[in-house]
Parts: sequence; structure tokens; C-alpha cells
Amino acid sequence: MMKEGEVRIPSGCAICGIFSRDGSQICGDRIAHAIALMHNRSNGLGGGFAGYGIYPQYRDHYALHIFYDSLKSREETERFLDSHFDIINLSKIPVRQTDQITDPPLIWRYFVSPLVHKIQDSQLEENEYTARCMIRINNLIEGAYVFSCGKNMGVFKAVGYPEDVARFYRLEDYSGYAWTAHGRYPTNTPGWWGGAHPFALLDLSVVHNGEISSYDANRRAVEMYDYKCNLLTDTEVITYILDYLTRKEKLTLEECANVIAAPFWSTIALKDGQEAARLAYLRKMYSSFLITGPFSILVGFTGGMMALNDRLKLRSLVVGEKGRTVYFSSEEAAIRAVEPELDRIWAPAGGQPVIVTLDEGVRI
Amino acid sequence: MSVQVNASQVDERTLKDLIESESNIEVTGCLGQRYLGVARKCGQLRITGTPGNGLASYLDGGEIYVHGNVQDAVADTMNDGFLAVDGNAGDALCYAMRGGRVFIRGNAGYRAGVHMKAYRERQSILVIGGRAGSFLGEYLAGGTIAVLGLDCPAGSQLTGYFCANGMYAGSIYLRTTARPVGLSDKLSCHLMDGEEKKAKLEGLIRDYASAFSLDAQQILSGPFLSIEADPHKSYRQLYATL
Repeated sequence: MMKEGEVRIPSGCAICGIFSRDGSQICGDRIAHAIALMHNRSNGLGGGFAGYGIYPQYRDHYALHIFYDSLKSREETERFLDSHFDIINLSKIPVRQTDQITDPPLIWRYFVSPLVHKIQDSQLEENEYTARCMIRINNLIEGAYVFSCGKNMGVFKAVGYPEDVARFYRLEDYSGYAWTAHGRYPTNTPGWWGGAHPFALLDLSVVHNGEISSYDANRRAVEMYDYKCNLLTDTEVITYILDYLTRKEKLTLEECANVIAAPFWSTIALKDGQEAARLAYLRKMYSSFLITGPFSILVGFTGGMMALNDRLKLRSLVVGEKGRTVYFSSEEAAIRAVEPELDRIWAPAGGQPVIVTLDEGVRI
Repeated sequence: MSVQVNASQVDERTLKDLIESESNIEVTGCLGQRYLGVARKCGQLRITGTPGNGLASYLDGGEIYVHGNVQDAVADTMNDGFLAVDGNAGDALCYAMRGGRVFIRGNAGYRAGVHMKAYRERQSILVIGGRAGSFLGEYLAGGTIAVLGLDCPAGSQLTGYFCANGMYAGSIYLRTTARPVGLSDKLSCHLMDGEEKKAKLEGLIRDYASAFSLDAQQILSGPFLSIEADPHKSYRQLYATL
């Protein structure tokens, strides 16, 4: 397959998210209905969803969603999984045959727990051990792509329009407290199953509308920390940057926003002393993780969601609220398609993260 | 007598054809349909709901009224006519607008009025009732932008960063005493006195107030900053002057 920079597909994208702060269940067909309104922002070369709280019966196990190009890649991957994890359950992900989604890979789901003695031998904590194993599969096993590996969450993606992808994966059979969605219109990179959004590592998932001008600088930076960008599209680098900054550097999401969408030096100069020093520190310390170019992203994680625009707000993003439910979307109309009467709707400023989390005491 | 159509009951193509063929038409239940009223030349179009991106692009005459919020790229390269929105507007409002009037009751997003122009009798006018995002009036080449901060506390910032960057003609009026942050030294900015307000703003504000049933006198009584290119150090010499 042609790689980033070797092929150009002339073209926008659509992103959408629903988050219920009180943990009430949102059926997958609701997010599908919202993203479908923005059909014209995609071109059928990729659609996908991430649902949180959808596997409560397996909440303590990693849910692996894997694409296989061949039986051979499945056998090889399962051998690897067997030697590193305790597989609690495995099955094909149930799909509906539709005319719109063609040529699917083999799509499997595993609920696993790392083998205790392996973790002990590795001297890693559970998340790091699992993340490394997944990166290893993606990197070393030909034709196998782990596209989802968090607990009590899952990514569903394909080549096609998002509403068709939702039908294909029977999204109406899942419900959770949060969903993100993406409709793809690839501009620089091939439209293929692994390249559809969301991109996820552990429970962190990203959907993205935009184009990363700094992609190669960002890629080189994360690859120094053992991540491998091999999914042939720019968005995966955002997932790895955020995983690195939150899980390894222990930055807050606000701080991550100040790194990847750092204010201009001229804007930092307008801030008061302490705030200016904080922003300048983050910009200097993590300069390789500054993401330039237009973007609006939704980041899903266990118990929360973050929306963020590039500092110039070169892609649209609106936020709506109704009761304890929060909606994010590229276009207001998509929110109104599922919730016509909103308590509040507003457009966040460029570089200003909007972070929502579950209310205290909500069990998922 | 105008034709009425519920946008949820027809497909987008039919809706657009209908709007194109009818000079007086009322659209209800609008939800995300793009490019409505593009290049219309006359008549009246009334929309209830949330029209999609590209509303009133290349508008060339007539009137469009929207009851609801509008999204991005509204009134792009508009040439003539009138658009009133009883709600908020998204990003890139009135980009490269060349004439006509656009009134927004609420806020506008980023990049409102970028590279608006004016030529002889064609004077583009944009009035925003609330606040505007960053890059308001960037590269402004002519015409008038007014931001009124109607529901904002006195002395509020009414724009984001980079207001009027690269502006070399036209006027921006802000109904506040707070200068935009980081305003370029190639621009002049002053608080208008009563006489200047009367001469430059009264007609405009009266029109705006009557469109949304507001009290013009009350709006005019507020402080207004006027931003224009400084003729002594502007970019004007780089461009042909009229």
C-alpha cells in the first residue's frame, strides 16, 4: 500500500460525540443518527465509532478488536495472545451484511487479561504491558491490526459512510455512557479499514477532522518513545502523543491541550506572569508534540471526553448541552438531529479544551 | 403570498430547486441543508431551523431571514441583498463579501468579515449583535463591520485575538471601551464622540434595531470604538486607492 505522502486523494471530515454525565445509557443508533446528518462531509472512504461503557459484563478485561487480512495472521496473533494473555472470551464481532460495506477483513474480538507471571517478569504495570503487546502485534504480525484494546470500551470502524458502518456493526445492539463518531474524507492518505477513525490505544480514542502539517516531526518524536506509526494516516500520532503525555508524563488533559494546541508566543506574552510561565514551560518542554495545521478532535477516555480545536480554529466545532448530556459536533445541525431542544449551545475558542467527566459516584 | 415547505419532508435537491424557482418562500424544519439561497437575486426567503453551511453564498439581491442559528461560511462572497439571522453564526461569516447587508442577532464565530470589500456604491455591511471570535475583519479591504456586545457587561472584550490584522481600508466599530488585544500599530483606534456616532452609525443601528425589534437609541447610547487603517502607515500604498 502507498504510504503517507506517496498518494493524494483530493477532497473534510465530520466528528460527533455524545456524553452522558450521569452515566445514563445511550444507544449506538443515536450517535449513528447524528453523524448521518453530516453525510456530505465524508466521501465513503471511512467511518467509525467508539463506545464507552459498552462491555460492563467484562469491565475488568481488555477488549481487543482486531482486523485480520488472512487466517494465517489470525493464527499467528492468537498464538501471541495465548502466550501473553489469559483469553476469557473470543468471537467474531457480529456484523450485518450490507451492500454498502464490501471487502471486510476478518474482524475478531477478544476479552483478555495479561498473564500474571508475564507481567511480573516484564516489571511493567498492566496498561504498559498491554500497550506494548498491542504495538508489537501491529508492528510485527503481517496483516493483523489491533484497532481497539481498552477496558469496557470498543472501536468499530470500516471503509464506508458512517451510517453504513453503524448498520454493518449492528451498533443499535450496544449502549454506553459515551460515544464518538467519525465520517472520513481522506485528503492525503489511503482510505482503508485500518485508517478509519477512531484511533485508539488502551481506553484512549481519537477522532479527528483536519490535517496535521507537523505529522512527520510528531511521528519522529513519538517513535523515540517506542510507539510505531504504521496505520498510514496522520491521526494515529495524536493518539500516541496523548497516551504518552497523560499516561507516562502524567499531564492533565488541560496541559495536553496547552502542548498540542500551544498558544502563540504573542498570545502567551499577554498572559499574567505565572500563567505565561506555565504555558511557556509546556511549549518548550514538549515542543515536538505541538500539532500544527487545522484540526478539531474528540478524545474519548474512561469516564470522560475532551474536545479540542487547533489554536486558530481552522475546523468547526460546536458543543451543546441538554440536562446532564453533552453533545459535540462539527455542525450544530447534527446535534439538533438527535436533540432539537438544547439548554445551551456554544462554539469553544481555538486551543480551548472542553472536558466533560462523569458525575461523582456514577458507576460504569 | 409565499410558498411554504417543510424541509424535513423533501430531499435536499427538491428543496434547493423549489427555493430557486420561488421568489417568496418560507422553509420550516430546516436541518443542515447546505447552500440555501445561493446567488438568489430577488424575493424573500424565510427559514426556520438550522440551515447548513454556505447559506446565502454569492447572494445577489433580495432578503433572507433565518429564525435559528446558522453554521459556517454564511454569506460567502455575497454581492448584494440582505440577510438577517435571529441567532448565532458560525465561522467564516461574510468572507470576501462585496456588497449588501448581513445582520446577526447573536454571536459570530472565528474569521467574521475576513477580506470584506467595497467599491463605489457597493458597500458591504456586517453587524453582529453579540461578540465575535478571533480574526474579525482580517485583511479588511472595505465596508463596515459593527460588533455590539448587546448582552455583554460594559467594557467587555468583544473580539478574540488578531482583530483587524492586515486591515487596510473600511471601518470596524466596537460597542465597548475595551480595545482589542494586540491591535496592530498600523491601525488607528479611537472612542467616537456623539457627532461621529450620529454621522457614521445612526442609520446603520436604526436599520439593525428595527430588524430585531430592539431599541436603537439604547444601542447608540453605548460607547463605540472606531478602528480604521492609519493613513500614514497603512498598507494602502501597496494597493490601488480609489
